[in-house]
Amino acid sequence: MATQEVVLLDSRCSMFAMRARIALAEKGIEYEGKEQNLADKGPELLQMNPIHKKVPVLVHNGKPICESLIIVQYIDEVWKDQGNPLLPSDPYDRAQARFWADFVDKKVADASSKVWTKKGEELEAGKKDFIAALKQLEEVLGDKPYFGGEVFGYVDLVLIPFYSWFYAYETCGSFKTEEHCPKFIEWAKRCMQRETVAKSLPDPKEVYEIVLILRKRFGVD
Amino acid sequence: MASNQQVKLLGVKGSPFVARAEIALKLKGVQYEFIHESLSNKSDLLLKNNPVHKKVPVLLHNDKPVCESLVIVEYIDEAWTGSTILPSDPYHRAQARFWSKFVDDKVFPAVFKAATNPNEKEREQGGEELRESLKILENELKGKFFNGDSIGLVDIAALFIAFWLPIIQEAVGLDLYNSEKYPKLDKWGQEIMNHHVVKEVLPDRDPLLAFFKGRFRSNTPSK
Repeated sequence: MATQEVVLLDSRCSMFAMRARIALAEKGIEYEGKEQNLADKGPELLQMNPIHKKVPVLVHNGKPICESLIIVQYIDEVWKDQGNPLLPSDPYDRAQARFWADFVDKKVADASSKVWTKKGEELEAGKKDFIAALKQLEEVLGDKPYFGGEVFGYVDLVLIPFYSWFYAYETCGSFKTEEHCPKFIEWAKRCMQRETVAKSLPDPKEVYEIVLILRKRFGVD
Repeated sequence: MASNQQVKLLGVKGSPFVARAEIALKLKGVQYEFIHESLSNKSDLLLKNNPVHKKVPVLLHNDKPVCESLVIVEYIDEAWTGSTILPSDPYHRAQARFWSKFVDDKVFPAVFKAATNPNEKEREQGGEELRESLKILENELKGKFFNGDSIGLVDIAALFIAFWLPIIQEAVGLDLYNSEKYPKLDKWGQEIMNHHVVKEVLPDRDPLLAFFKGRFRSNTPSK
């Protein structure tokens, strides 16, 4: 067997790991994906990400890169002459892309996790914040087909993984995103037509099954 | 580089986040206008240019805004030539981004928890988290600076530890970070605060101490 140069410590339903999968697919990079058991973390994960002990971890020629946004930028820089560019080339546009990726991590990730891990008032607050974040993103998207403009780009890649969790959020939170943010859903469906995205995201029903298990484990249900 | 480029930095002088942007501009030799904001009475300029977070710093480059301190620093590094703030090698760039994010995600929240949480157990927890984060950074520091022989992104991000953390500790009566427990960080702190650009940017200590004393509750020193 040929030595693997690119390894991804992965987890099927992690939206952060999905970002790395999409990026690798966009660049056409062959890699070995190693599914991690997050309930019982293995020695390789603990050795490659001792600080955070989280997925994804990209291991390139034995050297680990951690944190999903950092991994995506690394992939874009190392394989800049291959596949599709992920970040824009202009420094100002890059700064805007980084700003909105940071917004997704600060606003969408937090609020959305409340929607499936909380009940009662906290759940309602999470829903409110989640919808507000999506509405803000709808404004940013405007009439463009993608956040990247005419072409699928960094912010699209960073955000679309959450869409695979929408069925779980909507079922746990008893709401329909489409009623509040139809443009967002339009954008999401457009992204899902992209092969690199479609093959990198799990089935929403699969995510929901995991969410049910986790809710029991965390004592939510 | 056009000489008619207009660069403005919206900020407050005591903010560690604003300091990051200033240091980056000065390292690149960029002329800029510092616009003093009042955080209790935010200007229309600030609200218009950072409607999402309504925070400083905001960099205005020919009237186009860039927000979030680490995004601003990377932008400055890319938009202007001169001494580089991030390494050129992708792997080292990834490491620089990792450690500066570590400072923001782990060090800042721990400090504020330890210093300001009204619940004593939470403050102790914050203290533990801070000790752990500082130990990790102490081990990570291999040379004169996190970036090697010259200051870089991580040094700029971590400057909070060297300058602001001791002032906050004094204000609230904490001694979690000191030269005995973290000799390498302490030495690094002296080096970076003596850096010619950093020296220009650091605010005066006494007004900042008074500010923190006024803002944060006073705690009895932790064991």
